[in-house]
Amino acid sequence: MTSRLVIENIKHQPMRSLLSALLIGVPVTLILTLVGLSHGMLQDAAERTRGIRADIIVRPKNSTLISMRNGIPEAFVKYFAKKPHVKAAVGVLMQPVEGITMMITGLDMPAYDAMTGGFRYVTGGPPKGPDDIVVDDYYAHEKKAAEGRRIKILNHWWRVSGIIENGQMAHIVANLQVLQNLLSAEGAVNTIYLKLDNPANTKEVIRELQADPKLTDWPILSAEEMASMWTIDNMPGLRPFIYVVMGIGVVIGFFVVCLSMYMAVLQRTREIGILKSLGASKAFVLRIILAEAFLLGVAGTLVGIVLSFGSYYLIGVLVPASIQMKIVPFWWPIAGGITMVGAILGAMYPGLRAASADPIEALAYE
Amino acid sequence: MNNGAIIETRDLHKAYRVGEVVVPALRGVDLSVKTGEFVSIVGPSGSGKSTLFHVIGGLTPPTSGEVRVAGQNLTTLSDAGRTRLRRGMVGFVFQKFNLLPNLTARDNIAVARFIAGNTRGEDAGFEEVLKMLGIAGRLDHKPNALSGGEQQRVAIARAIVNHPAILLADEPTGNLDTGNSQGVLELLRDLNKRLGQTVLMITHNPDAAAYGHRTVHMRDGRILEHP
Repeated sequence: MTSRLVIENIKHQPMRSLLSALLIGVPVTLILTLVGLSHGMLQDAAERTRGIRADIIVRPKNSTLISMRNGIPEAFVKYFAKKPHVKAAVGVLMQPVEGITMMITGLDMPAYDAMTGGFRYVTGGPPKGPDDIVVDDYYAHEKKAAEGRRIKILNHWWRVSGIIENGQMAHIVANLQVLQNLLSAEGAVNTIYLKLDNPANTKEVIRELQADPKLTDWPILSAEEMASMWTIDNMPGLRPFIYVVMGIGVVIGFFVVCLSMYMAVLQRTREIGILKSLGASKAFVLRIILAEAFLLGVAGTLVGIVLSFGSYYLIGVLVPASIQMKIVPFWWPIAGGITMVGAILGAMYPGLRAASADPIEALAYE
Repeated sequence: MNNGAIIETRDLHKAYRVGEVVVPALRGVDLSVKTGEFVSIVGPSGSGKSTLFHVIGGLTPPTSGEVRVAGQNLTTLSDAGRTRLRRGMVGFVFQKFNLLPNLTARDNIAVARFIAGNTRGEDAGFEEVLKMLGIAGRLDHKPNALSGGEQQRVAIARAIVNHPAILLADEPTGNLDTGNSQGVLELLRDLNKRLGQTVLMITHNPDAAAYGHRTVHMRDGRILEHP
């Protein structure tokens, strides 16, 4: 009977119920989009790291995953190339151009091609001149950077010579020397990729390099280790940021439901009076209000999940290179649970107010 | 007190506070209603009829004096105690019907059963009552699809579904035309006669009051001995 009362109440005010569910859905979408972006961008970075097709990645001293301010003298590339089991070494210079993970990568294209067999192109081909760049299909789609078009990056005009499939090291690849000049980093790189004679030797080579007194404290990682480092916990501030958004979700859920249920209780003052005249206890009235908030919370969660697919679609269509989003079903119950907490808390005040209503005043309410 | 009375009040006082002003609504009411009686209470507006109805029905506590319903002293009852009293001992019929608009007539009656903790289906005796009320074919309609007379019959069915000790009717014909008024009053009389239901009815209408075994007159918060 309680469920029938609650469902009939929800059905009786369809527009209010729909709007409440939509508003409750907003924080769910917010949380799912943020989590989806975190996972999507990190996965994109991890995939591009794996797509380098190197076995070992050497980074500058004191660098972090997303910051490489200290350069490595280019001469070290040759130093690494001479190490046992190292078949080829390529130095690259990476510079963020947008956000955290959108970087332009300067490299010696012939040397990289020789090491990995070259990029897989969708259209066009490798750079022919110093100002030629290649971009991946995400970037080309987002920035309308078709083959042959001129685009401005780092205040420099470049010509797109080819478009490569996404997931291969970088979104934008430029000539190393031109990028070094642009960044006043002549003779410096900030990452060195090593290709070994046999990937099975990776651990052994890393051990030997770490034992080299010249390379003390240098981050030297296998490509797989490096890819697996792209996690939420390795991104400074990302987890607290997610928590803040969750907190905002709870607050929005709280106010939306509080307002909605407050209005509902006001509208139903007389009906609450009727229930109380029939002998309904405070707990019974409170249960009805909380059950309605719970159902609105469930509906809001479902709406929020559906809307998160909308964010996913829009991000994929509009800005696939700048940001990437993933659908993370694991987070659906978490986002829903967080919103439900807000919804139930928000229904408490109107619920308690209804439960303690004076039946005579409530029955006289017009 | 007692002597077979199901409702008994003695020196019953009730005062309301309206802002800074204390308004005495009942000023020493002595009333006794025996089990199975049908008593009409008449009086002008502001005479205290509705307040007496609310106090006897456990909707509000008395300020002083004594009031007993089916042996329970309402003066000492807590809010939860009065809620329990309304659940099992009292059935209300209001002027404005007060049906839940979202529920069908059947569910309106079922809600009262549910609140009283009666989760079994309708008993055979109640089927008989529904026939007597003439609403058996209208139970699956919501209040807005029922006429005033039908709504009041549903409200009466809801009021007696838990076999209350007393049925309190506050101007039950106040919103009905003459034909429906007569039907509802005859129903109340039938319930009283056939089921022995104790009825306390407030009305303005002397013709309606005549359906009761006796009429109690009220004025200025008191019962008039010689109206």
